[in-house]
Amino acid sequence: MNLLTIIFFDAINYAATLFLLSVGLTVVFGVMRILNVSHGGIYALGAYMGTWLALWVLEVDLPPVLTYLMLLLGALIVGFLLGPIIERLLLRRIYGSDMHIQLLLTFSILLILDDGMKLIWGMEPLFISEPYSMLGRFKVGGIIYPWYDFVLVGVAVVFGAALVWMVRATRFGKLVIAVIADREVSQAIGINVNLIFTVAFTVGALAAALGGAFVAPKIAVVPQFALEVVVLAFAVIAIGGMGSIEGAAIGAIVVSFARALAIHLAPEVELMAVYLIMILVLVVRPQGLFGEVELRRI
Amino acid sequence: MMNWRALPRAGVAAAALLIVVPPFLPGWILFVLTKAMFMFIAVMGVSVLLRGGLLTFGHALYYATGAYAVGFCVKWLGVRELIFLIPLGALAGFIMAALVGVVMARYREVFFAMLNLAFSMMLFGALLKLYWVTGGTDGLAIGTATLAGIRLTGDSFGYYYFSLAMVGIVTLVVYRFMASPAGYFLRAMYDNEIRIEYSGVAVRQVVYRTYLLAGTLGGVAGVLAAFTIGHIVPEDAFWIQSGEFVFVALLGGFGGVPGPMLGALVFEFLQTYASKYFPLAWQMMMGIIMLLIILFQPGGLWAIYQRIEARLTGKDRGGDHH
Repeated sequence: MNLLTIIFFDAINYAATLFLLSVGLTVVFGVMRILNVSHGGIYALGAYMGTWLALWVLEVDLPPVLTYLMLLLGALIVGFLLGPIIERLLLRRIYGSDMHIQLLLTFSILLILDDGMKLIWGMEPLFISEPYSMLGRFKVGGIIYPWYDFVLVGVAVVFGAALVWMVRATRFGKLVIAVIADREVSQAIGINVNLIFTVAFTVGALAAALGGAFVAPKIAVVPQFALEVVVLAFAVIAIGGMGSIEGAAIGAIVVSFARALAIHLAPEVELMAVYLIMILVLVVRPQGLFGEVELRRI
Repeated sequence: MMNWRALPRAGVAAAALLIVVPPFLPGWILFVLTKAMFMFIAVMGVSVLLRGGLLTFGHALYYATGAYAVGFCVKWLGVRELIFLIPLGALAGFIMAALVGVVMARYREVFFAMLNLAFSMMLFGALLKLYWVTGGTDGLAIGTATLAGIRLTGDSFGYYYFSLAMVGIVTLVVYRFMASPAGYFLRAMYDNEIRIEYSGVAVRQVVYRTYLLAGTLGGVAGVLAAFTIGHIVPEDAFWIQSGEFVFVALLGGFGGVPGPMLGALVFEFLQTYASKYFPLAWQMMMGIIMLLIILFQPGGLWAIYQRIEARLTGKDRGGDHH
């Protein structure tokens, strides 16, 4: 019983992290049909920037509560800066190109970001635990849990709900859906497709940076975790169905339960569990659990 | 049969140079050239797939398979004989590709690229975690190869010429493959897969065969790499290794054989200098070069050469891009 509770809490917890990490990737893919490999780089940069600013707050002896603000600020800076720059300067040039060109372009952005972070922050891990430990712990069923993890779940739920609301209930969301359904017709009836793309990519980048910044206090921020993040995020959205926000949530839950079970029951297969599930889901249902079958166009 | 006259003059000249010049070069250049040889063989696999529009971010899976096949033979059997190990590496790559390919032949584009990556990361994880078999992060020491009993160190002339001979064989095999029906359908797939299917061809079979070839080449490259460097580590299966293969294919141009060779040579020299002068910015350099190539020169270095040649000879022979 106790073990099951632990597994359950671990899984819910990790699901929140995974969702924050992958929802931006699915948004960008859904609107633009581009798998943004540099997503992991933006995520890592958000983590670095947030942690760095928060560490600065501690260094100059400002109240530690401000670290939360700094995490947020770091994410906002990275998202609002990188999103439009990458989309306007680089992605815009290759919308009509083959899929492998688009993948390679975002891959080269990842390589640049990954090394850029090493040059700026060095090879030593950055670590900030104050935002994590400040909230204290709570007890449930004989297990002690940090409040921060709980807050993270809240952040993930609110963020996901906001995105779904944006797509389903706002004018902007309707325009986005129109663009997804048919880019050319949308353009013809006067929708500013370019603007929608910029906004969608910026939202994706922002989501990545936010995820990175708020997960950072739980981990040590080290160089080169950027690509592992993309692979994991890809697994999540491929399981849920690429381009679907709800799918990302389901994918995150499925993956995190698999991982929590693996960690507690068979620790050696932790890494493989995620990929095995992805392969299993894709073999049985190639479009993912929530994805729609895409008609092939001749 | 092959039409020897159809070979580009530059290719013949380059082959002649690679055979004749090395004895007059300093040792470190010879070593860089030897590294370019196995790089070329691995990149050839990536290039062949790219000609069908299939991008893989996980080709290091096969490279590491070949390398660790050697590693286990050295560790358990003490065998370092190239005549035995090259076919073994090829077989290991082939078997791995035959297994993974069953899944992979169903996927294209993003899924193909990322599933390959996932498989290679699984192998990386396994190599790292199963340290009592694989040596974990320390990797395995390989030592010196023998060819028919004669010792060949990784930086010797003999080993260089052996690698070059392997390059020759790989080139022939790839030419034969591209001239086979599967090769033609592969290139046609790049343009329109559904049309191929309507003409009654099993596209999955074409993808599967190409994948087998690419995996086998990866295995051979892994064997050569293991003895050149003398040491294998789990990073051989890491995504950065796969990224380098893709980078070289793009740098040289993946349309033919000369492109990847040019790419591999330029890459190895670039890397040698970069690791000396900018050890921390090597990936960034690759990224920037890749960006520039994608945006301004999609055919890679080989396309630049062809344009120059066309201008010099006053006629446009047309690109042989995919």
